[in-house]
Amino acid sequence: MRVLAAMSGGVDSAVAAALAVDAGHDVTGVHLALSPDRQTLRSGARGCCSVEDAHDARRVADELGIPFYVWDLADRFTEDVVDDFVAEYAAGRTPNPCLRCNERIKFAAVLDRARALGFDAVVTGHHARLADGVLRRSVDLAKDQSYVLGVLTADQLAGAVFPLGGMTKERVREIAAERGFAVAAKPDSHDICFIPDGDTRGFLTRRLGERPGPVVDAATGTTVGQHAGTYGFTVGQRRGLGVAVGDARPRYVLGIEPVSRTVTIGTAEQAGVTGVRTGPPTWTAQAPRLPLTAGVQLRAHGASVPCAVHPDDGGGLRLVLAEQQRGVAPGQSAVLYHPDPVEGDRVLGQGTITHAA
Amino acid sequence: MTSSVPVYLDHAATTPVLPEVLAAMTEQLGRVGNASSLHASGRAARRAAEQSRERLAEAVGARPSEVLFTSGGTESDNLAVKGLYWARRAADAHRRRIVVSPAEHHAVLDSVEWLAKHEGAEVAWLAVETDGRVTPAALAEALGDGRDVALVSTMWANNEIGTVSDVAALAELAHGVGVPLHTDAVQAVGQVPVDFTASGVDALTLTGHKLGGPMGAGALLLRRDAECTPLLHGGGQERDVRSGTLDVAAIVGLAVAAAGAVRSRVGRTAEIGRLRDRLVAGVVEQVPDAQLNGPALDDVVAGGPGRLPGNAHLSFPGAEGDALLMLLDAQGVECSTGSACSAGVARPSHVLLAVGADPHRARSSLRFTLGHTSTDADVDALLAVIGPVVDRARRAGLGRR
Repeated sequence: MRVLAAMSGGVDSAVAAALAVDAGHDVTGVHLALSPDRQTLRSGARGCCSVEDAHDARRVADELGIPFYVWDLADRFTEDVVDDFVAEYAAGRTPNPCLRCNERIKFAAVLDRARALGFDAVVTGHHARLADGVLRRSVDLAKDQSYVLGVLTADQLAGAVFPLGGMTKERVREIAAERGFAVAAKPDSHDICFIPDGDTRGFLTRRLGERPGPVVDAATGTTVGQHAGTYGFTVGQRRGLGVAVGDARPRYVLGIEPVSRTVTIGTAEQAGVTGVRTGPPTWTAQAPRLPLTAGVQLRAHGASVPCAVHPDDGGGLRLVLAEQQRGVAPGQSAVLYHPDPVEGDRVLGQGTITHAA
Repeated sequence: MTSSVPVYLDHAATTPVLPEVLAAMTEQLGRVGNASSLHASGRAARRAAEQSRERLAEAVGARPSEVLFTSGGTESDNLAVKGLYWARRAADAHRRRIVVSPAEHHAVLDSVEWLAKHEGAEVAWLAVETDGRVTPAALAEALGDGRDVALVSTMWANNEIGTVSDVAALAELAHGVGVPLHTDAVQAVGQVPVDFTASGVDALTLTGHKLGGPMGAGALLLRRDAECTPLLHGGGQERDVRSGTLDVAAIVGLAVAAAGAVRSRVGRTAEIGRLRDRLVAGVVEQVPDAQLNGPALDDVVAGGPGRLPGNAHLSFPGAEGDALLMLLDAQGVECSTGSACSAGVARPSHVLLAVGADPHRARSSLRFTLGHTSTDADVDALLAVIGPVVDRARRAGLGRR
């Protein structure tokens, strides 16, 4: 195949590109320039969009002897990922920008362009297994990224190659070291690439300004504190609420109402939900017949819980969880898996959480 | 990827080293000696450097004492722009305006902008014709009475669209109001007649690797009466304007290359021009809406070529330059889209924007440049693939809406 390897400058995408070459593919490397104001050097261990990262990617491509280009997708990324991220928080939801980037940039803008230029697929360093159109969790469950790929459709998966899903992150680093890649020991990137200092609340404050409002205790309906902006909160959040309620029991964010700027908090019992509603789902294969039973993962780093999946009246999904879950945050994706302890859990599809009900 | 040798159509980026340059440099590299040393080895090195200075001076119509060896075009441009600015301002604090063309190389543009940001310079942009040329009328307009002007910098030949300007006429005009003129002639030497003394310019940038010489070796030709404040301080080499141990082997290579390029110019550029004309005609035959940027192929200025003989710069409406470059690269054909930032992100050419092209046209362009090793087979190879490549790039669009 003629494949395009998306190379961030990190160790995963470097090894993915190398394995694609080993597999006999005709590989071209591409670094995606996603930030309109690129920094010369990485700040700390985070981020993937500095000139230094582009240099790291180019070094690996040169060692592999493959062509390498930089594609400027900063405008698309800003519009589809960064602005969407800010708008979602402003609307009281909790977005997942990595999922959005996979959905709209890597396996949309990049894949479309790659196909038009004559490539068959895009290779990335995501930790997930993909064979015969079936997407499964990585063998390295601690590094599994199937959640942020759960939004991909059958057509997108047909144009994707994930060489790393069958190995651990440790093995990836070993391969990089064996090949003498300078990025073998490069720290993992964390969190959100466009917030290199990791301060999401500070980033949102700069974008949205201070929007103070009340923190209300659900049990009494009384205002127990003030906050500087609802975008600083996520449903299910426990730490950093900045309020003290009479008893010593922990409190969780139950709801965020952006118009009145109200953050509602409550006890663990109040925070638990068993019913989840989503928007219209996407499926990794032909849409399955509903209802069905599946495992559902409700946030990027969470366990899968058994659930029954029903259609709801509005074209979305109604999930009935087998056990109570806290932290069912609107805006996050509910990714459905068919449990398979032998071959690895198979991704069925996902819907964006609209509310608990 | 093709396994055969790539078809190299990017001679304006750099051109292969001439065999006689390689031989001369190899010989010199085998010898010990610092040209500043007083002993026999030092004297031998100095002799080689000074012979090269004389040889280069003769090739470009300068006096040997007017040749300052540098590390190349970027350093020469920085030295001329900053050095002349500082010296002129030191002599008269009112001289803060720098008259410059927006189509200059970044080594000039960024130097000027740095002076504006940090050293109190004011930038007076020259109006540029749609073919990239700076006219005497435009210069007269920008100079005014010249009393507040530190210097003029305007290139002899444009590196992207190949436009040759009448630098002698511009220098005469600047001198009429007492202003010195620097010209970046990196692309001009060896391609069109360049005579430093006859042109009247005060400072001229040239570099070795565009002539078949080594990278990292260039010169600033600086009139003996031109005051230029140094950038590099140290041992006082090069008239005390450019300190640093002379890289004698590189200097030897530069001089051999310049002498060879000037000597072979007439016959070589006639052949290169023929190939270039074939290339443009062939591309336009395959892609009828392709547009030539810069002057007409047979343009004439001051009795000489109005366009560099090896330059073909074309826009392909509806196709992205970086997609075209990638597809041609995959077919083994090497060319350029113009400038890229340090991270490799393709930018619309500032030269095309300066001559009034819209950003789409600027982004859809490719530069093909021919040189001393180019053949009909190179042109044939491009013409064999350009049609399908443009079709494919047009279908690819870009991640823009």
